[in-house]
Amino acid sequence: MLDDLRDLYQEVIFDHNRNPRNFRKMEDADRQIDGFNPLCGDRLTLFIKLDDGKIVDASFQGQGCAISTASASLMTDIIKGQSEQEAQQLFALFHKMATGEQVDMDDLGKLAVLAGVCEYPARVKCATLPWHTLDALLKGVEEPVTTE
Amino acid sequence: MNKAVENIRPYDVDSIRQDFPVLHQQVHGKPLVYLDNAATSQKPKAVIDSLVHYYQNDNANIHRGVHTLSERATLSYENSRKKVQCFLNAASEKEIVFTRGATEAINLIANAYAQTLKANDEVLITAMEHHSNIVPWQMLCEKTGAILKVAPINDQGELILDQFEALISKKTKFAAISHMSNALGTINPIKQLIDLLHQHDIPVLIDGAQAIPHIAVDVQALGCDFYVFSGHKLYAPTGIGALYGKLELLEKMAPYQGGGDMISVVTFDKTVYSKVPYKFEAGTPNIAGTIGLGAALDYVNSIGLDAIAAHEDSLLAYATEQAKRIDKLRIIGTAKQKGAILSFVLDGIHPHDIGTMMDHQGIAVRAGHHCAMPVMDFFAVPATARASFAMYNTHQEVDVLMAGIENLIEMFG
Ligand SMILES: Cc1ncc(COP(=O)(O)O)c(C=O)c1O
Repeated sequence: MLDDLRDLYQEVIFDHNRNPRNFRKMEDADRQIDGFNPLCGDRLTLFIKLDDGKIVDASFQGQGCAISTASASLMTDIIKGQSEQEAQQLFALFHKMATGEQVDMDDLGKLAVLAGVCEYPARVKCATLPWHTLDALLKGVEEPVTTE
Repeated sequence: MNKAVENIRPYDVDSIRQDFPVLHQQVHGKPLVYLDNAATSQKPKAVIDSLVHYYQNDNANIHRGVHTLSERATLSYENSRKKVQCFLNAASEKEIVFTRGATEAINLIANAYAQTLKANDEVLITAMEHHSNIVPWQMLCEKTGAILKVAPINDQGELILDQFEALISKKTKFAAISHMSNALGTINPIKQLIDLLHQHDIPVLIDGAQAIPHIAVDVQALGCDFYVFSGHKLYAPTGIGALYGKLELLEKMAPYQGGGDMISVVTFDKTVYSKVPYKFEAGTPNIAGTIGLGAALDYVNSIGLDAIAAHEDSLLAYATEQAKRIDKLRIIGTAKQKGAILSFVLDGIHPHDIGTMMDHQGIAVRAGHHCAMPVMDFFAVPATARASFAMYNTHQEVDVLMAGIENLIEMFG
């Protein structure tokens, strides 16, 4: 009965929701920041460690829906080893995908499993919250980020 | 109709459903099951027709023209005031002020009271208030240096009465309490609270936004100083609501906004304000909405609020019993006195996911913090899913709701 929801809720998303990767507090983080979606109450704290302009470690904690948890889990995995600039480019690409713009899915790698959200306007912010939070963190913002 | 006759007429939910055009549609290929009534209710045809009738036949500004259309519009507008007066059993129609809704009515009072409060005076509210019965008081406190006191709730979501009483002191200058909580369904013992506050000469505002479609309100019996509600939760259009205030208090209060309709004489030296309630109704009001509110009250009266309440209580009891069979489900808000609201969380499944998955099955429930973030914090949940019932919901829809929940639990694995 819920089969047609599978384009949004792919098995990978359930998997990341059940076992989020990098879900831990980072005691020795170089930067950390809170992200908040006031509409639904989702919140997360994002931690990163930088070395010479490279993201050498990334982790998160918080409470969110399956979409935002999976998105944070996938994001923290994929940005590890990237330069700040690469991560920001990926954010721009991800944002395009989530809002339904044409992008080359190959450039998105594993993140493509979240492409389905563009069909669910109320859920786009769930997927993009971790990325907006990362973007602010890389820009050196310290106040909590909100999606509103 | 006398009570005896009313009692033998069975509650005919099918015929009631026929009066609500919006209910007869499919969403994602499934029949719509609308269970977001605490956010806003659907409108019966009688209300929709009243708007069309007004715009097609009587549209004119009120209290201004001597022409026929203006007189008709004014008459219908003022008739709605009488209907609200009757619905709340207020002593005089002058005690009914039309506002955009509960929120504006609370802001009106908070602004009026801004002039009487001093630093270190206290305003008392409860931990289960909607943001609209928190923020205006915070703003008032910021302006005046007064202090906001919050009476706590217990794990069932009930107000803790002795702690409420303990917070009352000589410093308490105002209290604002919801009649029924939108996040938990709790119905507060407002008569008892009003009496207690009045023993200390503290004026009290009751936020009736949730209670109004479920509980018969008699403001004279309650003795509250102010009672506010929104029409849209009572089958009326959005953008219209009312403030009831005791006449002597309304007369003492300064106006809220300045403009046309709220004055009797204006010169550049001095303005004389109109009498109540017009003093508080600056500018051209929501005339059509006010007429729609009158039509909604007629409709509710034709079915009977007591009969509606009995039907909704039976839906809530059935839903609560069915919900208890689902292992992963936890009900948030288990007060003994509860209105037709079932707020719940599912173990390991975020309410936002519940909302999307329910929508996919044609079921409209609310997922979120319900404009009551402090309540969410108290129960240590980020949000809840909420099914809320109205006069047109059925027991079969409760079955669909429960099956929908089972389906999504299965999908989550
Ligand atoms: C208890 C309570 N108070 C106040 C309000 C505010 O009503 P409105 O937004 O119609 O002004 C609501 C609406 O959700 C409510 O549930």
